[in-house]
Amino acid sequence: MFMILGYPAPLMFGQLLLGLINGAFFALLSLGLAVIFGMLNIVNFAHGALFMLGAFVAWGLLNFLGVNYWVALLLAPLIVGFFGVLLEKTLISRLYKLDHLYGLLLTFGLALVIEGLARNEFGSSGVPYPIPSQLQGAMNLGFMFMPIYRGWVVLASAIMCLITWLIIEKTSIGATLRAATENAPLVQAFGINVPRMITLTYAGGVALAAFAGVLAAPIYSVNPNMGANFIITVFAVVVIGGMGSILGSIVTGFGLGIIEGLTKVFYPQGSSVVIFVVMVIVLLVRPAGLFGKAA
Amino acid sequence: MILSRRSLLATTAAGASLPLFGHRARAQANTIKIGVMNDQSGPYRDTGGTSSVAAVQMAVEEFASKGFKVEVISADHQNKPDLGTQLASQWYDRDGVDVIMDVPTSSVGLAVAGVAKAKNKLHLNIGSASAELSNGACAPSVIHYIYDTYMLAKSTGGATVKSGGDSWFFITADYAFGKQLQADTSAMVLASGGKVAGSVAYPFPGTTDFSSFLLQAQASGAKVLGLANAGGDTVNSVKQAKEFGITIRIATMLMFITDVHALGLDVAQGLTLTESFYWDMNDKTRAFTKRFLPRSPNNYPNMIHAGNYSAALHFLKAVADMGLPAAKANGTAIADRMKAMPVADDAFQGSIRKDGRGMFPAYLFQVKKPSESKGKWDYYNQLQTTSAEDAYKPLSASTCSYIKA
Repeated sequence: MFMILGYPAPLMFGQLLLGLINGAFFALLSLGLAVIFGMLNIVNFAHGALFMLGAFVAWGLLNFLGVNYWVALLLAPLIVGFFGVLLEKTLISRLYKLDHLYGLLLTFGLALVIEGLARNEFGSSGVPYPIPSQLQGAMNLGFMFMPIYRGWVVLASAIMCLITWLIIEKTSIGATLRAATENAPLVQAFGINVPRMITLTYAGGVALAAFAGVLAAPIYSVNPNMGANFIITVFAVVVIGGMGSILGSIVTGFGLGIIEGLTKVFYPQGSSVVIFVVMVIVLLVRPAGLFGKAA
Repeated sequence: MILSRRSLLATTAAGASLPLFGHRARAQANTIKIGVMNDQSGPYRDTGGTSSVAAVQMAVEEFASKGFKVEVISADHQNKPDLGTQLASQWYDRDGVDVIMDVPTSSVGLAVAGVAKAKNKLHLNIGSASAELSNGACAPSVIHYIYDTYMLAKSTGGATVKSGGDSWFFITADYAFGKQLQADTSAMVLASGGKVAGSVAYPFPGTTDFSSFLLQAQASGAKVLGLANAGGDTVNSVKQAKEFGITIRIATMLMFITDVHALGLDVAQGLTLTESFYWDMNDKTRAFTKRFLPRSPNNYPNMIHAGNYSAALHFLKAVADMGLPAAKANGTAIADRMKAMPVADDAFQGSIRKDGRGMFPAYLFQVKKPSESKGKWDYYNQLQTTSAEDAYKPLSASTCSYIKA
């Protein structure tokens, strides 16, 4: 059998593909974080909790209202996004003039409250969410057995990342938004409602987290801790990519997914640490991150 | 304004704390204090957690008063051994706790057992799996109540090998429990003439994606995939194995009914697992469950919940038997009294061996198909019963030092 570094080739190809799939989640979550940080200067520690909320909303929609996966994929981000509007209007908007630390503390506290409430309501072992019938089954790729649903996850995240990038970098809305972060008073002087724009940006970032949550529901256990497991890694991804860089978080998300996947073959015990090792190296060499602009 | 509100708070706090301290000092002489320590917010919350606390409280209420009061307190050890050690010392030394119960997560359970041993205080371990608790880490004042890694290996592992699953690959949680479970199961497999094809140890806690390890297991050519993990990790492993069409047989070495509930019967059907309690086994267990459910409406009792109830009740009977002052004075003495008395309640019937090993039969269950399940939490078919003598490591092979003296 053809070998790569002492491992059978099919196993290695399989691991690369798995890394790409996990990377899709990293990319989608870090994208939302990067949007929020880039535009609002808020380090949104509640992101993991909102990701979890997205999965639970999808579960609730299915079990109480009979709403299927596809509709939930649209509806859950809207519902959680609306919740984000409430959070931004009532709490987060008060912190823009203060140091980053305050935003971090507030959103971290919010995460603990949201996760605590969910734990109280649903316990910690989680609730089952089935894979939608259209995406069940698997394809035999020759070197591995590829679940159709995982393929869909990669596709859906890639499309969502592309759309977000296009909106921010290529449309007039995105241009205004970027201008507003550079100089809010000036943009406001042109008659643009900057506070509302900021609110909607936060809601958008949050909706991305919820979207990822719905995507994750059929493959991970839907439980109150699911976001906490991801969030630290995702923060590392954002830091490596360059705080606030949209393209950076997408590329780094997929890249680190692959690095983590390979670590699981060569040294499984280290798979939870490898991303932070990469982070340390990147920060030593490029303090602003791979795609960040030096301050 | 702020100042006055602050001083008001300070006064209230001081006023409230004074009678509280006085009350505690007075009450302690005539009160047995039970401390339940477990995971109340993490991956093992549902296998023990607040439902275990409720089970202990139920035992206390059902235990007719014998002239002393019983108080139950609880805390979350967050699966951190350092936190568990610190809490245990504080409870035993400062708060007058007479017994610490439950303590799942073997790394924390072993740490708390160490504290109990050093202070000669009673520790009833229900939640941890590591068989070390009644072997290398045994202590005269520590009792390991309803299950351990040896018994899981013997029951689930033994049955799997017997039905043809003779080559194994392990996916193991990289800490005390997972390693012990893998070691005990490997020994069992090798002793039965099987072989171990390989294993991966993954970081605990914090791993959510097991697909990479599952593919490695598939590639190893082993006939059986042994999952030496628990709780949410087992749920994720099984869910993803099904998704990736992993065709090799899965042996969930430690799984509770609460995990089966989280997976759903669609995914969990056909798995075999070992528990020493099932709520729907006989009239006694059903009666116990009926009384328990109002206290834990979303969580049917698994062996850990039932074990906490039984251990608390047995402990209180022993206290009543030997008298409060003697029971409070010496952890070893009360443990010895518990070992001398038979365990008999609605959840468990058996005894406790001199090395602190609880002796109850182990039941091998198979998870029902969705079509077989007739109602809520109707999940198990019983496949076999292993007597306590066969299920647990014999005293002759024990590495516990004090029983040899």
